Amino acid sequence: MSDRRDFFGKALGAFAGLGALGALYAAKRTWDPLPSVKAAGFTTIDLSQAKENVLYTEMWRGKPIFVIKVPKDAVPSDAPNGRKENAYDDKRLITVGGDKFFIAIGLCTHLGCIPAYYSDQHKFICACHGGQFNAAGEVLKAPPPSPLVIPPFKVEGKKVVLGESSPEYEKMKKAGLVA
Amino acid sequence: MKELKILAVVVFFTLVTYWGVEPYAHSVMHKHVEFKNFKYEDLKPITAKGDPAKGQALAAACAGCHSIKAAKMPAPMDPVTASATYGVNPPDLSLAGKLLDEKYLAHFLKDPTHTALVAHKFKNRPYPMPPMATDDQSAADLVAYFKSIAPKEVTPKEAYEFACGRCHEMRYAKWTQIGEEPKTKPNIQTKMDEEKLKFQEKLAQYKDHLVKYMGKLPPDLSIIVRARSEDFLKTFVEDPQSQLPGTAMPRVGLNKEGYELVFKRLEEVGDPSKPKREAVGPWVIGYFIIFTFLAYLWYKSNWKGLK
Amino acid sequence: MAHFDPNARPFSHQWLNERLAIDTLKRVLSTEYWIPKNINFLWAMGMVLAATFGVLLISGIFLLMYYIPDTKLAFDSVNHTIMGEVGYGWLWRHMHGVAASVVFLIIYIHMFTGIYYGSYKRGRELIWLSGMLLFVTFSAEAFSGYMLPWGQMSYWAGMVITNLFSLGSLDFQGLVEWIRGDYVPGQAFLGRFFMLHVVLLPLVIMALIVLHFGTLRIPHVNNQDGEEIDFEAEAAKWKAGKRKESKVIPFNPVFMSKDVFVLGIYFIFYFYLVFYHFEFAMDPVNFDPADPLKTPPHIYPEWYFLWSYEILRPFPKDPGLIAFGFAQVIFFFLPFLDRSPNVAPANRRGIFKYWFWILLVDMIVLTVMGKVPPIGIYTTIGTVAAWVFILLWVALPFITKMEKPIRGQK
Repeated sequence: MSDRRDFFGKALGAFAGLGALGALYAAKRTWDPLPSVKAAGFTTIDLSQAKENVLYTEMWRGKPIFVIKVPKDAVPSDAPNGRKENAYDDKRLITVGGDKFFIAIGLCTHLGCIPAYYSDQHKFICACHGGQFNAAGEVLKAPPPSPLVIPPFKVEGKKVVLGESSPEYEKMKKAGLVA
Repeated sequence: MKELKILAVVVFFTLVTYWGVEPYAHSVMHKHVEFKNFKYEDLKPITAKGDPAKGQALAAACAGCHSIKAAKMPAPMDPVTASATYGVNPPDLSLAGKLLDEKYLAHFLKDPTHTALVAHKFKNRPYPMPPMATDDQSAADLVAYFKSIAPKEVTPKEAYEFACGRCHEMRYAKWTQIGEEPKTKPNIQTKMDEEKLKFQEKLAQYKDHLVKYMGKLPPDLSIIVRARSEDFLKTFVEDPQSQLPGTAMPRVGLNKEGYELVFKRLEEVGDPSKPKREAVGPWVIGYFIIFTFLAYLWYKSNWKGLK
Repeated sequence: MAHFDPNARPFSHQWLNERLAIDTLKRVLSTEYWIPKNINFLWAMGMVLAATFGVLLISGIFLLMYYIPDTKLAFDSVNHTIMGEVGYGWLWRHMHGVAASVVFLIIYIHMFTGIYYGSYKRGRELIWLSGMLLFVTFSAEAFSGYMLPWGQMSYWAGMVITNLFSLGSLDFQGLVEWIRGDYVPGQAFLGRFFMLHVVLLPLVIMALIVLHFGTLRIPHVNNQDGEEIDFEAEAAKWKAGKRKESKVIPFNPVFMSKDVFVLGIYFIFYFYLVFYHFEFAMDPVNFDPADPLKTPPHIYPEWYFLWSYEILRPFPKDPGLIAFGFAQVIFFFLPFLDRSPNVAPANRRGIFKYWFWILLVDMIVLTVMGKVPPIGIYTTIGTVAAWVFILLWVALPFITKMEKPIRGQK
């Protein structure tokens, strides 16, 4: 008799647990980003008016986006890099309408501060913990563990759409260049 | 069994209270309007047989105010200018033959004010639309023409925009009286959205003209399906004066299909969770039926041998 | 001096027992909290109420994450963001709205159960009083919550109810404006009612629930016959294994098992309403945004306030307010107005039997009349019902004084 009571009690408890899981799923969905937030996750940047070696800041999904048009006559010493001769030859740069551009999320990969661009030195220095990046976003000095992140992009003529992937982006991602 | 008797008493008084405050009280509060199935029986049947080709020739006169995209005729002016001239932007006529009742449309072409039941609003000023058909035959020709150019398939969204959207906003679907809100974003330096502000200026002008024309701003219909009963909506659209005597809302003359499409739009915007509600409901209730069954077994095992 | 065994394994039963007295807690709160065996399902309404409060709390937490207490944004945050965009937002809102309405149905059943069985007398006065405090706080919670969607009903209910505080001819306009923080219900009003709804009142409710449970502990729960039970003697029988002879059962698991069964049936009913029949709890008029320049053609409170609203309505302004005030507080005095020593079901209590059923029917009549427009025959019925309500309470001490003691009761 007591066994029977225990068994039914436990069966009910287990079934109540199942219901709690269902409620938890609904709760999880409630925390998901809203469709309107996701739909707003695209930014189109017109690059036709960009000047060389000037930092432009745009916004994409609430994050700052760095855009720099690569100077055509840059010499190796302009953009120093520990591993490469010239950061402006880096494969991380994106060609838009025949010109090369540096486009990346302007948040230090260490803890998310916004690094400042020093155009005379062709590099970024983060004021928070002293991290440095070259003009292609590669790390010059720790603590940042990885280069500045390149967002999904799609080139459309002289414009670039952020938030939408393209074969070029997928190729860079495969080569491990985007982050 | 005693508990069931007690339950019956509780249920009885609960139901009486429910009946009193819901069905009964609402039947007293809201007047009953007979639904006539979009038959427009007050209008005489039109026996003349229309000829689309003749109608096409007559329709050239329509293009002075209306666009007819299905016949590649563009709008003579933009919505704001049109509203300044007429009070409201005249509709594109591509869908008229599909969504409006044939008989209604024919009568409307002959005598717009009386057919739309807005004569009371236009005693001292002209209705912007002059009669376009002098007799049954020309009216029937025009109707035949509009029917011939109308597309086979119309989406609920298109139906709404044609029938309601030039007076009624639907902000939850980003629809304004002058079209869809453009997707813009603020300048990240000035934090101001110039493009949006320009659009809003135009909208403000349009609404201003609309208010002068209608007497007040027609309400946003985003969640009208939750704010009014289905019965109210269909009888109101069929004959606005029957529910709200003196209202400036014209009888639009939708046919059954047209109304169903419009209602579908109202529902998908105003009650978007309906499909999910219907999908989840049986699962939740099924869950609690099993839960109650298990609880019953537990209860019986605990109370066995107690009495 | 407490004893702590240094060898006890952390978080083992013994270890916890030494620190938290879990065995004692379990005994006192559940396995040896004695409930009379002679009860019916109405005794489960307390648990149903607690569960409904839990549902309101949880669904409210999810709504709170997206609701914006701003007069310009509140309506759309509820009707667009929560109802259309948030994953399962519609479910939380329907659950919250329906539970807010159904909780009052259960409260009324719970109250009338107490009145019927005389569960407010002979040591149980504080149970009744703390329960009435809960009723009042729940009413305030319901009203403040009703303001939040900032629809037409929110706005005009806010307008009408705050105007009551001008106290008729006393014309305390200053007090009304102070409550609103504005000349009309506006941003300040929405902000403070939002605070009341999501912080202050829930805290008060939770404290009162604890108090309500506390007041039950010593007098114990009443039973179907109002019988005075020697709980210690009966508990001893149970513990000796005489399950059949003992008049009591432990709260856990025996009483609980029945509560949970009733709860299951209740939830089937509740979720049926949530998914298929929610209009009664979510008035269509409140799906029109607040418009300070246009009063809806019919305004009425939610159904659970209708009876007291109807007591206000048939009288001129000042007497109406007095009658309304009377209706609000009179239930608190029930334990003291009932002068009969009998604790028994109303049907065994002479004239009180009629008093009970007339009160119930009268309140239902008031409820229905409170909703229909105050015209013609409805005004007459409403006025008569309001007078019946008042006279019933005036008569209560006299008819209970005349009541003959039932044999075997002191």
